[in-house]
Order: sequence, then structure tokens, then C-alpha cells
Amino acid sequence: MVSQILFLIIAIAAIAFFSRNVRKVIRNIKLGQNPNRSDRPMKRLGIMLKVAFGQSKMANRPVAFILHLFVYIGFVIINLEVLEIIMDGLLGTHRMFAEPLGRFYNVLIASFEILAALVLIGVIVFYARRNLLKLKRFSGTEMGNWPRSDANIILIVEVFLMSAFLTMNAADYKLQQLGASHYISAGSFPISNYLVPQLPDSESALMMIERFSWWFHIVGIFAFLNYLPYSKHFHIALAFPNTYYSNLEPKGEFSNMLSVSNEVKAMLDPSYTPEPVAELGRFGARDINDLTWKNLLDAYTCTECGRCTSVCPANITGKLLSPRKIMMDTRDRLEEVGKNIDQHGKDYQDGKSLLDHYISREEIWACTTCNACTEACPVNIDPLSIIIELRRYAVMEESQAPSSINSMFGNVENNGAPWKYAAADRMKWAEND
Amino acid sequence: MDELTVSTMAEMAAKGESPEILFWVGCAGSFDERAQKITRDICKILNHVGIKFAVLGTEEACTGDPAKRAGNEFLFQMQAMSNIQVLNGYEIKKIVTGCPHCFNTIKNEYPGLGGNYEVIHHTQLIQQLIDEGKLKAEGGESFKGKKITFHDPCYLGRANAVYEAPRKALEILDAQLHEMKRCKSNGLCCGAGGAQMFKEPEKGIKDINIERIDEALDLSPNIVASACPFCMTMLNDGVKNYNKEQEIKVLDIAEITARANGL
Repeated sequence: MVSQILFLIIAIAAIAFFSRNVRKVIRNIKLGQNPNRSDRPMKRLGIMLKVAFGQSKMANRPVAFILHLFVYIGFVIINLEVLEIIMDGLLGTHRMFAEPLGRFYNVLIASFEILAALVLIGVIVFYARRNLLKLKRFSGTEMGNWPRSDANIILIVEVFLMSAFLTMNAADYKLQQLGASHYISAGSFPISNYLVPQLPDSESALMMIERFSWWFHIVGIFAFLNYLPYSKHFHIALAFPNTYYSNLEPKGEFSNMLSVSNEVKAMLDPSYTPEPVAELGRFGARDINDLTWKNLLDAYTCTECGRCTSVCPANITGKLLSPRKIMMDTRDRLEEVGKNIDQHGKDYQDGKSLLDHYISREEIWACTTCNACTEACPVNIDPLSIIIELRRYAVMEESQAPSSINSMFGNVENNGAPWKYAAADRMKWAEND
Repeated sequence: MDELTVSTMAEMAAKGESPEILFWVGCAGSFDERAQKITRDICKILNHVGIKFAVLGTEEACTGDPAKRAGNEFLFQMQAMSNIQVLNGYEIKKIVTGCPHCFNTIKNEYPGLGGNYEVIHHTQLIQQLIDEGKLKAEGGESFKGKKITFHDPCYLGRANAVYEAPRKALEILDAQLHEMKRCKSNGLCCGAGGAQMFKEPEKGIKDINIERIDEALDLSPNIVASACPFCMTMLNDGVKNYNKEQEIKVLDIAEITARANGL
């Protein structure tokens, strides 16, 4: 009874703390501007099923794809076991699904065990790729202490959780074999039976191990749940909404700014009366609240895998720009603004901004807008649209572009071409052959 | 060699005629000496298959693409709206462009500003003509056995998912096609997009076009093919960087098609 109450308290605390942090994340995301991304729901659902659920964009890196698949499927399916664990914890039962499910229960437990072993293989290889092989994709200026620790914490926690799960099963199995009361004969243990010989023979010691592993596993899961909103690992949940709200237009299409259209139409046709625009913000983005909520959701969804940066032509050739850094900076700045709101209220200004305090001009001007980053992202994050909004701010609000870009603007404006050629000479090509 | 016959839209309208298709030449195609050759070859192909076409001539102006990618939405929309006025004034329905940037901008960004046209890139037109049997590779230079690799322009490939059309034009040549490791949706940019064409690159360890041409050179091709005047400049500079202009030609799909047909 005591343990049931303790379990209930831990469960309620974990869920309450998690929902409080999720509400904060939602509040932060809503600081962004509001483009409509709710049209064509069936198409969106299709993309979500294919890209997030079906992992389609992971496949072009086969090693990472297979290992990630182990961990992903393990995560999704082992959660069925967590359901039983939670029920047992609340009701004081033991393996309560065993009886109603009968022989199928054995199949389930056996597959959880195999998946747990595959997850272990996956995360151990992932750890080695990061820390021993030191893959280039996992380094870079933005991969400082915290991002590197974050990645390793996730992997180590998963090793602990899976080990606890298998140890729990091994002890349980041995207790079943010893005929201990309460430990009904249930489950099939293709992996953990190899651990059985390593365990002590005393019933009380086994029960200690079984209970400790049980509690360690479930409390670990509650703790891990609450780690998500602070971590890049949040992608396990946000990948789904983020792909649902993907950009459905061709990648080459950049949004036309309605606020600009009104002014340009009025310039070209003085009799034009502009359509009312709800709120005339600034042109482009200087800080996170000038970006769209989708940009901000992108930032929380990013799991820092670095596929974007590894294909970025600017980054490959040694420029400062890294699309992953664009996303990480956006999240860091967004969380800073969120903390400011918590501590000082909604209208607090800290004198900082995403542009300059996080992302430099040198970075945004190095982009070739080639869309390699958006193509590479396995969860359809769009760093390019953030870069373009920052450029729009620099150009339209500040007139701060590289001087050669300003010359190009001048040429387009005066000659109708980005070079200094006379418009009257536009047909010269047809004369000389 | 066929005589180059090109009508402007104004000339055609004065005669009360209208073209099947408007050829949007683009700024590079109009002014850049290397790209002018591509422009002429596109015209020759159009004449060869008997498509009635016109160009805007001096009434054409920059689509606004480089301004938009560089963040100058005002300048972009000024360009776009005045171009749309001209195009709509001539009741243009169908446009073929010589440049993937013009193609992307007119196809994707003009409709929201009142410019609705059927827009294709010249490689798509060539593909259509091949599919319809109107265009072959005969009567001209033989590309048999030549090693060709195709560089995907970002604004044709990833931006608009046009990967097969340019390859179709190469497949009929009886040449050897070799893909670079980074091709199609994984293609590497030449370094000119996003208004980079008009500025010096930021500090780094290498220029992007050199990175790209290194990859092409690994295949030891006879021809590096592309379909964008900006890629043309960048790839040519890359080849020149290694003094390989004699061995390796950088050619547009339109130029290859024109040569194969003796145009």
C-alpha cells in the first residue's frame, strides 16, 4: 500500500512538472508570427506518416538509419510494457497483463527483450560514433559542452533504462524458477535468461534486485520524460507536429510579403487602396518574435544531428554558417526570452536579439539559398527561412547589406539587371553570332 | 547554320499575332557573353522545331530573384509587378526560361502577385520535344562515347524537383553519363545562388565552385553539363582554376542539344 501511494505521488509529480514545462514551450512557440499551416490536412497527415512515423528521410544514411530504427521502434513498442508497469505500480499487482493475454503475453515480453537488446546495441554504437570515432558531423563551433553532454546523457540514460529492464526481467525469471510466491510464471525471456546465472541464489536478494530494477526503470522513465523539454531529445515528440506543419510549397518559393505588396501597389498605382493588414510589424526578423511559430517549433524539434550542416556548401568550404547553429541559436534565444517572461513579465526587454547576439551577419550572408539543409533534415526543419528573414531585416529595416549587394540592388533598380548594363542593350545577343 | 530569327513581343503584337510561347531570356542570357551563346542556341532549337516564339527584348527586366534572395522584398515586388504588367498586357499564357532562377521566380512567386502563366525551363521544353519525337540528336556533332556528368542547378533540382528533364536530353546522345556522388536532391550548389553571384564569398578555406569542380574532375569527364547561366560561370571558373579548359568543356543542355542537331 505504501509503495502504491509513493508510486502515485511520483507519477502525479512527474506528469504535473512535465505539463507545466510543455505549457511553457507552447507559450514560447506562440510568441512567433502566425502563418497558416492548417490547409490540406490529408496531405499534411501523409507527410507526417511518411517522414516522422515512417522515418523516410533517415534512409539515405543507412548505418544511422538502422541503428536509429532500433532505438525508435524500441521506444515506441517498449512503451506498451511501461503501460503494464504503471498499472502494476498503481494497483499493487504484478505483471497484471499476463493472465488476460495468456500465451500472447510471452510473445510480447520476448519481443520487448529483443527490442531492448537492439536499443542497447544502437545507443552503444551511437555513443562510440560520437566519442570514439568522433564523426565530423557531431563537431562544429555550435557543439559546445552542453550540446555534447546532452547527447551523451540521452545515450547513457537509455543504457541504464534498458539494463534495468533486462535485470528486472532476469531477477523475475529466476524468482519464477525458484517458485517464489507473488512471482507468477509469466513471460518469455530470450535475452535476460543469459543474465540469470550472474544473479545471487537467495530469494530475498533476488527480490531486492527485482524491486530495485523495477523502481529504477519506471522512475528513470519519469525523469527522462521531464528531461525532454530541456533537451534536444524533445524531437521524439515534436517530430510529429513539425512534419505535419511542413512547408508544402516548392522549396524554391519564398513567401511574398503582403505588407510590402500593399506599398508597392500603391507606388505603381496611386489610385490603389491597400487591403487592411492586421498588424504592421517590422520587415523581416531581428528577434524570435519576428519569426513564425513554425520557425520556433523547428528550433525545439531540432535534435542537432548535423545533417543540414554536413551538406551546407558554405559550411563544407569553411565559412562560419552552419544551419544547425541557426536552429540551436534560435532555440537558445527563445528559451532566454521565455525565462525573461517568467522572471520579469511579458514586456521585459533585455536589449539582446537573435541577430547579432546569437547569429552574426557573416553567417547570414554566406548562405547560397540552395536548400540542401532543408532537403537533408529528417524532420523537415527549415533553417533557410530564418536566414532569409534575418536578411530581410538587415536590408529593409537597416539598409545594411554587403556593399556589392547594394550595388546589385542599384543595378536592378536603375538598369533592370543585376549588372551595370544598359536596358537598351538587352537584345544585343541576337545580333552577333 | 540556321539564320537566327527572333521576334520581339512588340513586333508580333504590332502584326496582330501571338506566339505559342514566350522565351524569357533573363539578365545573364541577355548580357553575359558566355550565356548569350546559350540564349542563341535556345532560339535555334525553337526555330528548328518550328515553334512560334517571341522575346520581350528591351521590355524584359530582372525578375527580382537576386533582390528577393538577398532580402530586398521591395525591389523584388517592384520588379515582379512591373514585369507582370508587361506579361499580362501581352496576354502571355506560356513561358520558357533560359535560367532556373527566372523559372523559379516566375513559376512560384509571380502567381501570388497576379502573374499566372504556365512556366517551363528550357530543359523541360527539350524533354517534351524529345518525348514528342520532334527533337532528336542527329545531323550534328557526335557525342558517342563522350563522358558527361550533369551538375544539378539548385533552383531547377531541389527547388522545383526537376531532375529528369536535363538528363533526358543527355540520354539520347549515346554518350556515357556519370553521376557525381552529390547529385539530384543531394546535389552540391555551384556557389552562386542566393545573390552570392554578386558578392565576394565570406572567409573560408575553399571556394564552393572549386569544391564542386573537384568532385566533377574525379570522374575525368569530357563535358560537365549544366542548365543555369550562374552555374555555367562558376563551373567554368572552376575548370579554369585547374587550367583544364582544353580537356573539359562546360556546356549547357541547350548547347549540347543544338550541337547534336547541327544547329
